[in-house]
Amino acid sequence: MAAGSRPSQKPDRPIYAFLDRYATLIVLVLLILLNIAITPNFLSVQTLNVNLTQVCTIVIVAVGMTLVIATGGIDLSVGSLMAIAGALAPMIFMGKIFGIEHVGLAVGLAIILSVAVAGALGAFNGWLVATFHIQPIVATLVLFIAGRGIAQVMTNGNLQVFSVPEFQFIGLGRILGLPFQVIIMAVVVVWAAWMLRRTVFGRQILAIGGNEKAAELAGVPVGRVKIAVYAISGLLAGIAGLIVIAINSASDANLVGLGMELDAIAAVAVGGTLLSGGRASIWGTLLGALTIQIVRYTLLANGVPDAAAMVVKAAIIIAAVWIQRKARAS
Amino acid sequence: MIGMAGNRGLMGSYGVVVALMLVILFGWLRYDNFLSPFNVMSVLRYNSMFALVALGMCFVIMTEGIDLSVGANAAMSSVVAAHASHYGLVPGLAAGVGAGLVVGLLNGLIVTRLKIMPFIATLATMLAAGGMALLLSGNQSIPVSYATSFTWLGQGNLFGLPVPALIAAVAYVIGSVILNRTSAGRTVLAIGGNEEATRMMGLPVERTLMVTYIACGGLAGLAGVILAAQFGAGQPIEGKGWELFAIASVVVGGTLLTGGVGSVGATLAGVLLLGVLFTILNFENGKGWISLSAYWQSVIRGFFLLVVVLFQARLARKHAAQPAVSAT
Amino acid sequence: MTQPPLLRIDNLHKRFGGTVALDGAEIEVAPGEVHALVGQNGAGKSTLIKILTGFIPGDDGEITFEGAPFSVGSPQAAQAAGISTIYQEINLVPTLSVTENICLGREIRRRGLLDWRGMRAEAERLLAKFNMSIDVSRPLSDFSTATQQMIAIARAIGFSARLVIMDEPTSSLDEREAAVLFDVIRGLRDEGVSVIFVSHKLDELYEVCDRVTIMRDGRTIRACAMAEIGKLDLVSTMLGREISRSGGRTTAFAGDHDHDVGDTILSAEGLKDGAHVRDVHFSVRKGEIVGFAGLLGAGRTETAKLVFGAARPEGGEIRFDGAGFAPQTPADAINAGIGFCTEDRKVEGIVPDMSIAENMMLALMPKLARAGILDEKRQARIVEKFIASLGIKCAGPGQKIRELSGGNQQKVLLGRWLAMSPRLLILDEPTRGIDVGAKAEIQKLVNTLADDGLAVLMISSELEEVSEGADRVFVLREGLTVAELTNGEINEERILAAMAHGGGEPSVAEA
Repeated sequence: MAAGSRPSQKPDRPIYAFLDRYATLIVLVLLILLNIAITPNFLSVQTLNVNLTQVCTIVIVAVGMTLVIATGGIDLSVGSLMAIAGALAPMIFMGKIFGIEHVGLAVGLAIILSVAVAGALGAFNGWLVATFHIQPIVATLVLFIAGRGIAQVMTNGNLQVFSVPEFQFIGLGRILGLPFQVIIMAVVVVWAAWMLRRTVFGRQILAIGGNEKAAELAGVPVGRVKIAVYAISGLLAGIAGLIVIAINSASDANLVGLGMELDAIAAVAVGGTLLSGGRASIWGTLLGALTIQIVRYTLLANGVPDAAAMVVKAAIIIAAVWIQRKARAS
Repeated sequence: MIGMAGNRGLMGSYGVVVALMLVILFGWLRYDNFLSPFNVMSVLRYNSMFALVALGMCFVIMTEGIDLSVGANAAMSSVVAAHASHYGLVPGLAAGVGAGLVVGLLNGLIVTRLKIMPFIATLATMLAAGGMALLLSGNQSIPVSYATSFTWLGQGNLFGLPVPALIAAVAYVIGSVILNRTSAGRTVLAIGGNEEATRMMGLPVERTLMVTYIACGGLAGLAGVILAAQFGAGQPIEGKGWELFAIASVVVGGTLLTGGVGSVGATLAGVLLLGVLFTILNFENGKGWISLSAYWQSVIRGFFLLVVVLFQARLARKHAAQPAVSAT
Repeated sequence: MTQPPLLRIDNLHKRFGGTVALDGAEIEVAPGEVHALVGQNGAGKSTLIKILTGFIPGDDGEITFEGAPFSVGSPQAAQAAGISTIYQEINLVPTLSVTENICLGREIRRRGLLDWRGMRAEAERLLAKFNMSIDVSRPLSDFSTATQQMIAIARAIGFSARLVIMDEPTSSLDEREAAVLFDVIRGLRDEGVSVIFVSHKLDELYEVCDRVTIMRDGRTIRACAMAEIGKLDLVSTMLGREISRSGGRTTAFAGDHDHDVGDTILSAEGLKDGAHVRDVHFSVRKGEIVGFAGLLGAGRTETAKLVFGAARPEGGEIRFDGAGFAPQTPADAINAGIGFCTEDRKVEGIVPDMSIAENMMLALMPKLARAGILDEKRQARIVEKFIASLGIKCAGPGQKIRELSGGNQQKVLLGRWLAMSPRLLILDEPTRGIDVGAKAEIQKLVNTLADDGLAVLMISSELEEVSEGADRVFVLREGLTVAELTNGEINEERILAAMAHGGGEPSVAEA
């Protein structure tokens, strides 16, 4: 979606092309209107906060996933990397690894180190993909399986409970009335959308997804870009992991980020990013995540069990991708 | 071994068989009772569920597809089977397998009619089946009937062998014959090798894909039935991660995710290899030298997958470097 | 006509939306006849074939096959009716064995199960017709393109095809392999099988075809025996205009080999890489067009990729601009001032979903950026300039490149490299698969570039292009440089002789 103008000729099936572009937005608006009509207290700051905080971590991870998918890859390991970052940070600021007296310093170090570790593991994924030409789904399957195990081994599977306000600010704090995590999300989304459109790196990501061979022969450093993209995905997963444990005041390696890869991929797919790579929309991913979230909220707020919401989510994903395909087939 | 004939996989399927032998040899030399009838039987009994899921996955992957819904499908089918087990063994079996077939049918329809990538299609049905499992069970495990003979499917023995292992063995023999000795099996490989060319060659691509996904769903359903029968309850949240375990087994068995190449026998070896590794971990803990928590299991599995994948990548590159042979 | 035709198409029409693809096309093929079907890109050949093979339905018209009205809804049905098609890209399954590729769809069974022994014997029997004896249990991907093509034909025969359509079957074959294919085609003719042969290579048509149908703008313009029509006549009928030919030239190159050449910019000695490049030497000077001639598989593209850093040599030395040069990646070569237009636009050139502007700026963009941020204004200026100067026909710089014709795509890719102001431009088959008009424009452009002092290394399988366009020609044969021809020595006969026999240096060439 980097190009501003659409070609003047084609497509043959304007309806699908239109839907491809705006369906997510339309569905989102309709959902909001529907909720205003049927869900009590929908138009309240509290409802907004609930939905935003629940969707934050998904969006942050999904942004990384969008970039990975734009190169024609996929990252299954994000949930496990969240668990690793979530397990590591409390061990640092609670002084289990090394004793640091100053709490601010300890928290700072915990945040930086655990996110860096997640980023490094992401880079490892990228290294497998770029250097050994292993299919992304298999390469990231390694850390999907081993990553959560590592987090569990680190904590011996125990729940780490803590109460460190300095740290928990990232999940519970507010600036100007806005939850801090929402600000993180906004920064990540704006940065990624800008990066994809306006920087060399962004253009190279799309070129690799569009035609890797051609990109390489045009001098694009394919290996480096891929490693960077997976590293970014890892970093963002790390940040999301910290937000999750900050909200919960506890870190459970068995649960942090569980199933996150699916939520993130779903958001990307619903958001209109081409799953085969070469075309990506960060705003679409944001809309996709919001849509899925509000569907869930609508159902829950109206007494439909979460399990049924999963079935609905499945139908939305299929519909979104089907429209995408129809638009492309023209 | 089953079905090596006609398999000209890039890797050959011998690597995984050799690795399996070595791991078993290691266990036999290092631990007493490693090859005791009890241990062998329980390994076979437990892993037969994974074997069934991996068999279906193997066929799907050979078409260059993937089925992420198998784990959720097995969980849902186990709940359905548990409900139906009160009417007897056959109704329980039929209901569980039937539930699996429905999910498979849905996958097949989405992939062949809506032409949506298998990865996304089955990701969606995975969510849907997971949701259905919870809805049908009310978020609880559903006890099976002990009044009927349903539990025999998971706990019973026949000819001194565990029933689930026999079921899996029969499934693998049938799978191997289909793959190697029928045109449907060869069509599966052809689709994975080059779908467009297969269509041009006049082979029934859509129908074959449809049947493959349905069969994969049915096998997942069968695994769900065994799950319920073995543990005495339908388990709505069991089966999480089975799909990835199955994919890992298939990949370890040398089947390429790019499709077109694969072996049923090597997939079975892959399942057993990953299963036996887990058993060795338990024995090692039993010896008391080291104490590895169960959490190490997934770390080791992941590491193992890494080694295999790196090995495959190297072989694939070597193969690609070989010059083409000219016949003139 | 002494016998009724095998195939007869009358007044066939087909529209796609607003565009007319076929507007009254006709063709008549006799049994046991090799029939050439020619026309520019867009003349309607592919549409005709697609209708005949059941991919798409025709709108209006009459098709008679073996004396009966003919209408099929799928390639399978066409195959069953006796029409088989061999496509440009071989449509077989690389991972399956030769046996399966020949026999799948009409398997031999015993007791319901596949009879591998019987199927292997059948495959061997069919291949033996072409004097081919290969291990049919090996996967198709083990064999060369030519062999795969024969296997595709064997499959068609196995389905008792009465008509075999070959869509540019020789585009990826070298001359030796093509010769084998022609023998096979003659063999088919002798057995009474008809062949429709689509090709852009004129010599082939004259070598193997009996009759020709010429199409233009969706219509059949002329049909006659090959012997009745000269090459020039054929080409001008195809184009619908008299092509201006100065001194018997068929390309738009000046053909005078008089560029003002400067110092040597690139030279290579003793290059080695695997089986394809065994001992290659050549050099290129500023303002010079150097031609690389050779059969397919002679190591020309592979040598170019070594220079461009897309592969690393096992031995030998490359010097660029007077210094040793060992690029590790294409990016290194690009930074040194080398551009490389690949032979396969679709696979290695364009990023289909990106716009013309993005495709053109792909290599230059990092240089125009500040701190990694794109300078879109400057990019837009450069793109506009090249769209105008290269004469790229498009809706605008934002149009997706996949919507352009082959010739215009090639111009965008040329623009990608010219925008870099390169010091050396490598062109690998710059006019392959491009219609005649665009071909001339590109040839003219290359000539102008050399006039302006650019060093050009041009790989081409079209003899005229090399003999008329190049100032100096290096002939490669089986990974060796076997001849260097300069100015007065450059003509088609000498190049051919060197390609075939190893030129004037028998000590280097192998027997």
